[in-house]
Parts: sequence; structure tokens; C-alpha cells
Amino acid sequence: MVASHDVVLVGGGGAGLRAAIAIAEANPRLSVAVVSKVYPMRSHTVSAEGGAAGVIRADDSLDEHCYDTISGGDWLSDQDAVEAFVKEAPEELLRLEHWGCPWSREPDGRIGVRPFGGMKKMRTWYAADKTGFHMLHALFQTSLKYRAVARYDEWFVTKLLVDDGRVQGVVAIELRSGRIQPILAKATILCTGGCGRVFPFTTNATIKTGDGMALAYRAGAPLKDMEFMQYHPTGLPFTGILITEAARAEGGWLLNKDGYRYLQDYDLGKPTPKPVLRSMELGPRDRLSQVFVKEMEKGRTIDTPYGPVVNLDLRHLGERVINTKLPFVRELCLKYQNIDPIKEMIPVRPVVHYMMGGVHTDIHGATPLPGLYAAGEVACVSINGANRLGSNSLPELLVFGARAGRAAAEYASSQKEPGPAVVAQAEDERRRLVHDLLQRTDGRERIATVRDAMQKTMEESAGIYRSGPGLAKAADRLGELEEQARRIGLDDHSRTFNTELVTALELQFMVEVARTMVGSALKREESRGAHQRIDFPKRDDQRFLAHSLCRRAADGSCRIEYLPVTITRWPPGERVYGR
Amino acid sequence: MSTERNRYTEFRPRWYRPKMSTWWWLKRWSSLAFILRELSSIFIAWFIYFFLRLVHALGRGDAAYREFLAWAASPGIVVLNGITFAFVLFHAVTWFNLAPQAMVVHLGGKRLPGALIAGANYAAWVVATALVLWIVSR
Amino acid sequence: MVDRITVEVARYRPEKEAEPSFQAYEVPCRKDWVILDGLNHIKDHLDGTLSYRWSCRMGVCGSCGMTVNGEPKLTCATFLADYAPGPLRVEPLRNFPIIRDVIVDIDDFMQKLSAVKPWLIRDAEKPLAEGEYRQTPAQLDEYKQFSMCINCMLCYSACPVYGLDPEFIGPAAIALAQRYNLDSRDQGARQRDEVLSKHEGIWSCTFVGECTKVCPKHVDPAGAIQRYKLSSAMGSVKDFLMPWRGK
Repeated sequence: MVASHDVVLVGGGGAGLRAAIAIAEANPRLSVAVVSKVYPMRSHTVSAEGGAAGVIRADDSLDEHCYDTISGGDWLSDQDAVEAFVKEAPEELLRLEHWGCPWSREPDGRIGVRPFGGMKKMRTWYAADKTGFHMLHALFQTSLKYRAVARYDEWFVTKLLVDDGRVQGVVAIELRSGRIQPILAKATILCTGGCGRVFPFTTNATIKTGDGMALAYRAGAPLKDMEFMQYHPTGLPFTGILITEAARAEGGWLLNKDGYRYLQDYDLGKPTPKPVLRSMELGPRDRLSQVFVKEMEKGRTIDTPYGPVVNLDLRHLGERVINTKLPFVRELCLKYQNIDPIKEMIPVRPVVHYMMGGVHTDIHGATPLPGLYAAGEVACVSINGANRLGSNSLPELLVFGARAGRAAAEYASSQKEPGPAVVAQAEDERRRLVHDLLQRTDGRERIATVRDAMQKTMEESAGIYRSGPGLAKAADRLGELEEQARRIGLDDHSRTFNTELVTALELQFMVEVARTMVGSALKREESRGAHQRIDFPKRDDQRFLAHSLCRRAADGSCRIEYLPVTITRWPPGERVYGR
Repeated sequence: MSTERNRYTEFRPRWYRPKMSTWWWLKRWSSLAFILRELSSIFIAWFIYFFLRLVHALGRGDAAYREFLAWAASPGIVVLNGITFAFVLFHAVTWFNLAPQAMVVHLGGKRLPGALIAGANYAAWVVATALVLWIVSR
Repeated sequence: MVDRITVEVARYRPEKEAEPSFQAYEVPCRKDWVILDGLNHIKDHLDGTLSYRWSCRMGVCGSCGMTVNGEPKLTCATFLADYAPGPLRVEPLRNFPIIRDVIVDIDDFMQKLSAVKPWLIRDAEKPLAEGEYRQTPAQLDEYKQFSMCINCMLCYSACPVYGLDPEFIGPAAIALAQRYNLDSRDQGARQRDEVLSKHEGIWSCTFVGECTKVCPKHVDPAGAIQRYKLSSAMGSVKDFLMPWRGK
């Protein structure tokens, strides 16, 4: 069987759904398919907590949001992209309000905003501390209005079909039946999210395995800035569950084992009882996570069976603020940590959270590969540079989801139907999946073993601080692991909902993505944002005010080139917080 | 359904559709309570029939009323009425407990707590009962 | 020394067998392990063929609902140690066709979800340039509770009415309809009423109340349904007494 649509979206999270609606509105005659390995409302957008930034208050300005984003990104953001993003973010958030998103409100009924890390003004829209959940459900429910949007729920995409130099659809497995078939399209948009699962300790859901990045990379599209993985400073030990930055924005304190607000020792400002914007606990995530490591080296963190922690103290906020502004934080602490933040401090440690890099796109979401678009965490436009500011990712997926949707709709309208060559390719892919994996009985490696080894390698070498020798060793190790991942032996040879097959394919994607991360990190001999090299501790604008572009060579290794950063109005400067 | 249709064929999911057991409502108190509540309608119907007979007998004079009382005092009817009373009570209590979930009452911009709404229902019940007792015992 | 616990998991392999059976596995029973951690342990180390759904493991994506010792639960938010010394039984959610092992088919719900028109309906759209629809915190509170549904299907699993009559629209879908009906920005209540007031709508509900009890997010679908019954009945009375009332 062969399915055919005008535009195929891979991934049904925030970016994918926004893109689908954009296409349906741009040209209702186009047929759109959302192909997702989970039901759309299960997508990881659902876990976003704190909020979504968009300039709305009179005392705020687009330029200030631009500056915060660019300085927060350590000047690696493309400033034309940031300007477009900042301008369209409030519109998009407002559109979501018109679609029913239950934004938290001021007493007079206007949209409420809260402070957030690295932001100089209050501009973060929020729906209590379940912003992503409410945005995703509002988008999903609104998408049900559009009959042109077909859904392939629980279909797993294994390959992009490329012929004649353009992407013409995908090959996917229908999980419930095990059928492998092509879904052809004139344009394809990747909205598959990030790849946090290459690390052992992450806030990311199990579905975030870098699928879209690996698919694009294998198809010949370059991955950009893959060395920049964000650690969020406050995750619960053991589970890695995120405690939102909003907890600090509402006035929470980070305390070391002596009960001391240690951030003041690291040029992040002076402690004040009330939160001060761009200062102390409201500093950017990369700096706060790095400072944690410094504090640990001084022996001032608290040891637990799940590694060293510091305390996040919300007690002084009182029951009312916690229950109205941070109810989910309380629910999560009670459930998973068995503590009540009204009465007790929350143990936290830095946790892998967000991939700044991704599939290289322009400001319309187009990749260099004709017919292929990307939006959301899977993409790198780049507005986030070397470190994303909290509450910029949710508006990013709206703005660039919509942009990619419109661009893909326009492109698809002018293309002819995909040809028979890609159907033959799809047949090859089907054969590969069945013979090399599903029916293979001589596979020696176990998924969990290879996965654990990969995650350990990444944590040891590509964590908050990195070094040349460590990365070089990791690159070799990942090469071996890629080989092992190819020799996976499955227990499950059946067709119906074979989750082991999916996990094996995800693992192969992850190892591929991990290699690009380590490869890019090895080549960047400077420290910038989330990429900190102990052997190159300074930022080096002479050599590295540039995006790394990672392309797959024929032998599977990655080739790195550099692309200059677009600077419009904000020349590189010092990142200043708290002074 | 023939076994032929039930056989697995490649790429066609073969769903297993579990059947609910006939005795599913005995497995948990809440489902039993639900069935008892459904059942209570029969006894309420009986109660109304009994009440209408009482009114009818009253209307036909003293002899008919005495005859009715004698019938009502027969052991079978007493037992039946005892059970009916229990069911009516059960029905009333579950109904009052349900009230706060069906009704949202605002007073002075604030939502009244559920206990208060249920409480008001119970209070009305007590007042009505007291009123009946007063009329009967006067 | 880690305690261990036996987990009996329902297995159904449609390619090989006509009906489900149980398979027992022994897993470590650690203090902070949820049932899902136990299942992951099985999948990673004991038996790769066990299939189940999961994603966020923080109780918000709604993927991992299963029947645990007879009760519908989110397995990422239910701790193994609470069932010590075991054994504990993990089965698919009730009232749904089983696709494989503990994976059930929820397409029926997905269709019902669309049927209640869960999106904001306006007579006239307000242009974006005119800004937001004003909504006070009190107006937000009116529907907020019903907007917290994660579509985990525990309520359908607990509902005997849905089990007996699959045509019943069901708790989550009705609660979601109420979420929009009660939203001060919405004007679509009349449109949704066509679906909700049908026999398979609210009037099928006989108020068992289990849906509310099992809801992990305190959405109270039973309350949503009873409230709708009341307002629907009041609406009918008003329509009868005042036939000139706008249709």
C-alpha cells in the first residue's frame, strides 16, 4: 500500500500541530498528514511547565527580548531569526488564547505574565505550571476542527525518501499491525523534538530519541550546533523530573549544604529577599548548572544515593503562592520525592533538558534539502544560540511551526507528485527492516546494554564540562557502539505492536546523533554557553563566532564546517548578570 | 464468530475483546452500591403504589381503611415495607450526597463548599420530617 | 539487599494465541521504583517481548494507564513498594479491545473526543489585533478543573456503563465538552448539546461515580456530567415554559 499527501509532518507535538493548522489555513485544498509515534497529546510538549515568552506589557520592548535572547545565547543566535521570532511570538501566543488555551490571568482579566530566568522584563505567559500541557491540548483539540488534517497515530518513521535531490515522503511502520509502508508527500516537515535520551539523566520523555535529527542527517541534511546541550539546573534526583524555573521566578532560593545562597559567589548578583530579574536564581540555565559543578568541587553540595544535590527552598513563598502558581511542582514533589515544598526544601541537581542544536534550517524552517522542513526542538534556526532562555522554546515551536507550515504549503503547491523511484526505495527499506532486524536471529547485542553504554559515555565526556581527550575517547567509543547497535538481537520477532523493534531503531538514531554531538564538541575549541571546554575556558569570537554544521560522510563519520553567525544590531559583548 | 475470522492474518490486528462478567457488580462496593441504587427504583415504585392504595382506602371510608390496615399489617407486607424503607433511605442519602456535584452555587462571588450544599439538603429533610411528625402527633 | 516482588503481567500475543494469559516476572522492589520502572526492568533485562506504552513518566502524558490489582492506575505514578510483598497483577485497561499484552485500542475515544467539538466556538471571531478575550481568574476557575484531563482513559476503564454500552460518550469526553461550555470565551454550548443530550450522552450515565474516584488529575468527570444533566434539564423546562426562547 502507498499513501500519498501534499505535506507530511513527522511528529504531532506543539510544532507539528501548529504547522498542520498553518497548512490547513494557508491552503485548505492541501492534504496534510501528521505521522506520530505516539498519540499527539502524548508528545513531550505536554511536559513543559513554566511558560512561554512574548512581549506584551507596555514597559517591555521587542528589542529587550531580542537582547535577552541573544546575550543568553552567548551571541551564537542568528539575530535576524531572533528578531522575527520575538516579533511573532506575542501574536502566536495570542492566537493560542483565541483557540482556548487557559492562560493564567491578571485580576482584570488580561493575560498574566511572570518573570523568568535571563529575562530582563516580565514577559512569560503561563498556565499555572502546566503551560506545555495546556498549549498542547489546546492545539490538538483545535486541530480536530480541520478535516484536511489526516492523522497517522502510532506510526514510526524509519527513513526519509529522497529522489532527484528532494525529499518526497517517508517510510513508516504502523505499530498496531506492523505494516511497513511509504507515505509519499511533496513536502515533509520534521517536528520530532529533541534527543535528551542520549544521556542517562534527563527531564526528557522516553520518546525523545533524536529521530528527526537522525532521519535528516542520514538523508544528507546537515545538523547544526549539536555540541550545545542544555542542562536545567533543577531536576529531582533519581527521576530527573523537572522542577520548573518558575519556582525560582516566583522567589525560590538555591541553597548549598550550609543553607547559603551560593550563586552570589559566582558573579550572578547579590541576594535579595525578592527576586531580581537577570540576577541570582534568575540567571541563565547554563551558568547556574556550571556553578553547581563548581560548588560540588568545593564540597558544598549534599551527597545522596543519586548523586550530589543542592536545595531549592520555596517555603518562604507560602502555601497560597505555591498552590496557585506552582501546583504541579507541589504535586510532583509529593508524589515522587515524598516531600511537601510548603514545609520542606526540594533536593535538586542539574539535568539534561534541551537540545539547542538540530537540523539546520533558515528562518522559514526550510533545510538545505529541497522538500524538507523542520521546526521545534528538532530544528536549529538558530534563535537559541549556545544556551536557550527558559520560556523561549514554547513560542519558538509556535512561530517556527507556523512558518515551516506556510513555507511547506507553498512549496508543495508547486511540486509534482512523487515518482515511482521512491516507492522502490521504500521497498528496499522495508526489506532492510525485516531482514536486518525483525527476522534476524544471529544478533548478539542487547538494546539495554548498548543504550546504557552510550548514555554513560555521553555523561562522562559531553556533560556540563568537557575536555578534548575525553571527547576524543568518547568519539571512538561511540563508533564501537554504533557497530554494536547494528548487531542488535531482538527477543521479539512479531509484527503486532513490536515496541522492541521501535526501541532498537531509536537506539540506532540516538547513537548516530550522539556521534554528531561529540564530533561537534571536539572541534569547538572554546567555551560558549552550554559548551564548556576545560582545555579552552574562554570564548573565542575570532575562530568560533560561527555555527558548526555537521554532515554525514560516506563512512558514517561526521564532517564539521562552520557557518558565520548573522549579526544585525547586537555586536558580541560580555554576558552580564546581576550587575 | 467463526474460528476462521478469529485467526491472525498478517498486518491485521486481532483484537481481543474481553467480556464483562455477569457478576461484575459484585466485585467492588461502589458497583454494588450502583446496582442497589438502580434496584431501589423498584421499591420506590412499590412505595408509591402502597401510598396510593392508602389514599384510595381513606377515600372510601372507615371500613375500607381498616381493611387496608389489616392488609398492611400482614407479615409479608411488613417485611416488604421494611426492605422498602431501607432502600428509600439509601436512595435519599446517595441523592443528597450527589447534590454538591451536580450543583455549583455561588454566593458573594465564592463557590459554596460541597459539604454545605449536601448539608442544606439534609437540613431540609430533617425540617420536612419534623413537620410531618408534628402534623401526625398533633 | 534489595527486596524483590513478583509481577504477573497479562500477555496477549495475537499472532500466536487466541486469548490472554499471565506471565510472572520477579523484579527488584526498590523504594522509589514505580510500577513502570518494574516493567522497564522486565523489558530491558528479562523479556524484550513485553509490550506497553509509556512516555513522560511524570504523570502528564497519559500513556501508561493499566489495571493494577484490579484498579485502573497510571503506572508511572504508582509505587511498587505499595504492593509489597506481592505478587501484583498488571493487566490492560478494562473496557477496551486489547491489541497486544497491556496495549489497548483507544480509537473509539479519539472519535468521541472529536464528536463533542472540543475547541473554542465563537459566533464571530475577534481579530487578533484587538487582543485577548478578557477572562478573570474567577471565570478561569469555572472550567479550569475540567481542562486538566490528560486523556489517560482510567475513567473509561472504571465506568461500567461504558463497559456495557460502548456507544456511551463517556466521562472524559463529556468533561471536556463541559470544559468548553463553561469557558467564558466560548459560545458553542448549543452545538455541543446536540451530541451531549442524546441517549448515548449524559443520560446514559447512571452516576456510578467511579470515574471521579480513579481520575489521577482530580478532574471530576462525574461532577461534570451531573452538572450538565441539571443545566440540560433546566434548559428543557425553560424551553417548554418559554418557547420563544432563542434556538
